[in-house]
Amino acid sequence: MLSIHVSKSRTKMNDTLLNVENLNIFFKSDKNPEPIHAVRDLSFSLKQGEMLGVVGESGSGKSITNLALMGILGDSAIIKAQECTFNNKNLLNLSEKEWQKVRGGEISMIFQDPMTALNPFLTVEFQLVETILAHIDCSKKEARERAIDLLSQVGITSPADRLKAYPFELSGGMAQRVMIAMAISTSPKLLIADEPTTALDVTIQKQILMLIKSLQIKNNMSVILVTHDLGVVSEFSERVQVMYAGEIVETAETKKLITYPHHPYTYGLLSSRPGAIETKPKSELPSIPGIVPAFHHRPAGCQFNPRCTNAQNDCLNQTIIIENGLRCLHPMAEK
Amino acid sequence: MLTSNGGKIIMSESNLLKVSGLDKVYDIKKLMMPTLKLKALTNIHFHVDRKETLGIVGESGCGKSTLAKVLTKLEARTNGNIELIGKPFDSFTGAEFHSAIQMVFQDPYQSLNPRKKAIDIIADPLVINTQKSSAEIKDLVLEMMKKVGLREEFATRYPHHFSGGQRQRLGIARALMLQPEILILDEPVSALDVSIQAQVLNLLLELQKEFSLAYLFISHDLSVIQHMSDRIMVMYLGRVVEYGTRDQIFNNPLHPYTKILLESAPQTNRRENSEHITVKGELPSALNLPVGCAFEPRCPYAQESCKKSVPLLEIKQGREVACFVAQ
Repeated sequence: MLSIHVSKSRTKMNDTLLNVENLNIFFKSDKNPEPIHAVRDLSFSLKQGEMLGVVGESGSGKSITNLALMGILGDSAIIKAQECTFNNKNLLNLSEKEWQKVRGGEISMIFQDPMTALNPFLTVEFQLVETILAHIDCSKKEARERAIDLLSQVGITSPADRLKAYPFELSGGMAQRVMIAMAISTSPKLLIADEPTTALDVTIQKQILMLIKSLQIKNNMSVILVTHDLGVVSEFSERVQVMYAGEIVETAETKKLITYPHHPYTYGLLSSRPGAIETKPKSELPSIPGIVPAFHHRPAGCQFNPRCTNAQNDCLNQTIIIENGLRCLHPMAEK
Repeated sequence: MLTSNGGKIIMSESNLLKVSGLDKVYDIKKLMMPTLKLKALTNIHFHVDRKETLGIVGESGCGKSTLAKVLTKLEARTNGNIELIGKPFDSFTGAEFHSAIQMVFQDPYQSLNPRKKAIDIIADPLVINTQKSSAEIKDLVLEMMKKVGLREEFATRYPHHFSGGQRQRLGIARALMLQPEILILDEPVSALDVSIQAQVLNLLLELQKEFSLAYLFISHDLSVIQHMSDRIMVMYLGRVVEYGTRDQIFNNPLHPYTKILLESAPQTNRRENSEHITVKGELPSALNLPVGCAFEPRCPYAQESCKKSVPLLEIKQGREVACFVAQ
């Protein structure tokens, strides 16, 4: 406990680690002459040691943004941004060689399904040691010792034995711990956790989230926690941004956003969760009508207007800009 | 203290489904190795009545999906009695059985044949189990599509044209075509986006009222279970650990596992001062169960006696609990 307190007081929250201004991501496609505009005008920043929650449904662009930050989007993607700096480096102009240092070194990522993210043919030792050797100048023996140390840091009992295990010999929770060990093996400044617990059971989910939180504090690491579950962000992240159809629609301190959701989409997401507001059991839940529009059928004006209860004429044709963390002309009234 | 011999909580005559002493054991055979016994379900008792929802919660490996498979005859049971609408489970013929109990599956992307049109998917149960003419069947299908909120022009589309929520509506329509009494819902909304989940849950509630259906609602999501269920059965490693009404389970859980499950679920409105309790370790293998209580190795309240024998379900504070420590 003591060590956590000490490093907490050391945490400098004022240094901006990541700053993204007007990030746009397009995809070239064979079917459409026009590239698909998947992520629009995304601006956010992240301080050293801070955890940012990103909430959105499938198709909201949250994973694409993360893949762009890791530089693994592939050739069909066109990334444009006014600014995209990480640790005083411009991520837009990195050469492949420079990327290799950043990716997995300074920015690490853990994925939703640990079982498919680990190579089934290779032992935990091989995969972990390989990562360490790729980023840190040390001998194989030192790397192995570091691997054992990392496994015990992420709460794996008898780590030396576990090193010899193949992924199929691990449970889902255990495999996710190995993924986390691999991600923090290079002491990254930023950890991107993309739905890290969606494939896990609730009791294990809690263990894994507590582990990520404790590593964030201990290593003064920044974390982007992507999830579709507002419950998860509200318990673990300080700040949250809600994404819808490739845009940030609302961003605020987590507690504020949960208590007073201003954007009708955030409000809808919160209230359609059974048990989030006082609902009688077996009564009709408030729900958001319709579905998220497909990338190539985006509505004009506010992206949410076809599903929005507050929508008025002015929502239909003008581009809505984000002001004070809210992209909405007719927000919910504060109760 | 009352013991519940054979799950004798107060039972009315009209139990739609009554299960007692249900066991399911899988033989794990490996070449040159002795056959291992995997106890997927042990001594399960419960009943479901008309218009009622029994929620079944538990983590992966607790046997909730095996239970669904046994009840739909996808797997044969090893031991135990099942009565369906007052008749023994084994006395049903195929068509009779299918019009008594139906199932909606978890993943609407994998449970619909991608090469069939919506209308054929929904019509299949009628084509297989009844002698109705194709014109009659078409009318019934279109009527059912309307009831589950699918427009008539969708009838000739293939599954890939539908969104996840619409696919789940297709699955529900298919399950209802033979007018079953009981619907087994195996994680029906867990593959759907949050904003779509509420739409499908609302539809299920509506249909339950309209057709007087009984639901067996299997889910790992406690907030969904709380919203949908009248009574709840909590399972751990093939056994029922707590079985009671919704309010008993959610307002005053007695079994340590139920408590931890409720505590672990992420909440948006957690009280400020509530502490984070996490349970240590993971589920033991079902092939190598502890001698005593299966939850003992992870339980923060475990005592010596918990290691020696398996606690049986006893009635405590009006519900059944399998725990030596809970009072």
